[in-house]
Amino acid sequence: MLARAAASAALIVTLAAFDGAVAQTTNQPPDTMAARVEACTPCHGNKGEGTSDVYFPRLAGKPAGYLYNQLLAFRSGRRKYPPMNYLLEFLPDPYLEAMADYFASEHPPLPQPAPSGVSKDVLAQGELLATSGDAGRNIPACVSCHGPGLTGMQPGIPGLLGLRAAYVSAQLGAWRYGTRTAKSPDCMQLVAGHLTEADVTAVAAWLATRPAPADPAPVPKGTYALPFGCGSQPN
Amino acid sequence: MGSKLSIALLALAAFTTTAAQAQDKTSDVIARGEYLARAGDCTACHTASEGRLFAGGRPMPTPFGTIYTSNITPDPETGIGKWSADDFYRTMHNGRFPNGGLIYPAMPFASYTKVTRADSDAIFAYLRSIQPVNQKNKPHELRFPYDNRQLILGWRTLYFSEGEFKPDPTKSAEWNRGAYLVEGLGHCGMCHSPINALGGTSQSDAFKGGLIPMQNWYAPSLTSNREAGLGDWSIKDITDLLQTGVSARGVVYGPMAEVVHNSLQYLDDADTKAMAVYLKGIAEGSSPPAASTVLPTTESSLLISLGKTVYDKNCASCHGPQGEGKPPHWPPLANNQSIEMQSAVNPIRMVLNGGYPPGTKGNPMPYGMPPFAGLLSDNEVAAVVSYIRTAWGNRGSPVSAREANELRSAPLN
Repeated sequence: MLARAAASAALIVTLAAFDGAVAQTTNQPPDTMAARVEACTPCHGNKGEGTSDVYFPRLAGKPAGYLYNQLLAFRSGRRKYPPMNYLLEFLPDPYLEAMADYFASEHPPLPQPAPSGVSKDVLAQGELLATSGDAGRNIPACVSCHGPGLTGMQPGIPGLLGLRAAYVSAQLGAWRYGTRTAKSPDCMQLVAGHLTEADVTAVAAWLATRPAPADPAPVPKGTYALPFGCGSQPN
Repeated sequence: MGSKLSIALLALAAFTTTAAQAQDKTSDVIARGEYLARAGDCTACHTASEGRLFAGGRPMPTPFGTIYTSNITPDPETGIGKWSADDFYRTMHNGRFPNGGLIYPAMPFASYTKVTRADSDAIFAYLRSIQPVNQKNKPHELRFPYDNRQLILGWRTLYFSEGEFKPDPTKSAEWNRGAYLVEGLGHCGMCHSPINALGGTSQSDAFKGGLIPMQNWYAPSLTSNREAGLGDWSIKDITDLLQTGVSARGVVYGPMAEVVHNSLQYLDDADTKAMAVYLKGIAEGSSPPAASTVLPTTESSLLISLGKTVYDKNCASCHGPQGEGKPPHWPPLANNQSIEMQSAVNPIRMVLNGGYPPGTKGNPMPYGMPPFAGLLSDNEVAAVVSYIRTAWGNRGSPVSAREANELRSAPLN
């Protein structure tokens, strides 16, 4: 955190120096992060709230560390989505950190949950997996890492609310097939490897039906212990 | 005894000084080599994504198949640890491995041949000083008949002329320094010259611009003021562009963002200015006007009126109602050569995919252009690009929805 504050301070100083040196004197774009991340908004919404495209996720309010990890993964090509890989390819770490901080600090309201297209039985199966897991198949409950309120934990574990079923299902599929990976130990890949396609459909559908909690903020680091090690969440 | 000791001490002192001087000299040479390796942008090809510095293994798609770049760390087994400075110079200068084997011209030795022996030695000293990485080179995946290296002999006969840079005595030292960097280490001609079906460029076409194979970005001519020719740019605008990626006249995106990010931002002010002076110097007078559109007049006027609607709704808030922009961060579109030039590939791609200029020391938090691929139809993309190419005195030609559609599937990285 301190390191991040120092990096941000350094960035601000560098930027201030640059503004003096190169920027024209008048008629400049607003010197804000909002203006700098306009390239993100056609897909992710003005405040990172998401758009009508179900495959583009909400960014607002997710933990900054999680967002930063995703930006790094898209920049290096580890996480593959060519339009994102292309946009981020030549942006430096401190800037990606500032982008992550920006979207983490935005709090547009969570969307109303959409009615689900799946049966009650499927939803019940999704709820069971999400809240209790399936010990017999080595599947931990979603809530055991993503939090009892599914709002995630600082700095690296994302909340699962406000995402459409199609997006969650596509991501779980990508983890299962190994096209989405993260730092070792790659906890999500281990978990998703135990899921069947039916599990994925059920969990994604149930998560999308969850109403917004009173406090959608991710809980502070260390609020609860993780059931196993995760490369994206430092101890 | 006393005098012997003092002589010994003196000798030791002398030796220490010489050793220290030699050390200084070595570290100077290494630092210079690192600087020159930046100027040559070696890392762009020889470092893979998430890979170790200069350990190679980066796939380079070419029209002839995929080439994997080589390990140039000083590892004796898998890198260039057993090479001598002579070997390295021969590779740079003549495009041959130490054993005489022919190097594929994806390695820009046709440009690097201009590099001086002293500079080649400095780069070699620097490469010798970095962390060795034991990583075997991947075999290339080239299609028949290109997998036969003997074909390179033919290519060399047609397109390779060996020889160090020869200064032009009628030009200033600064111009010559710029020429040396642009034509040699900078290997700008690799993209900014038209590449024919054999993957070569003829001397007379140097810096005349061309579509970069496999990437589908157009690298504009550096000599025509109708493209990226810098004849009517101020030296400051050119140096801003090269060093920071943004300028009052335009901004770099795509492959040129890579060059600024990995290479040009690290060049010192004198070298940047020398390149600017040279680039401004090679720009020729205006070439003939761009070819007129293939579209019938009624169709293009409908397109352009739709284009204005799209522009006013989506683009004017940043680029201004008159295309004036807010330079350098929101580039002007009026009188912007990259919008007007004959190839519309780059403006179409920018509308579809958006883009960020590179984050540089001089511009660490660049402003980005949003991608409109998901918001605009082919017809709307064609319309808005046609509009910005012809409005406000711009002298480009309209483009068709088919051209816009074809670029939707262009590779992004």
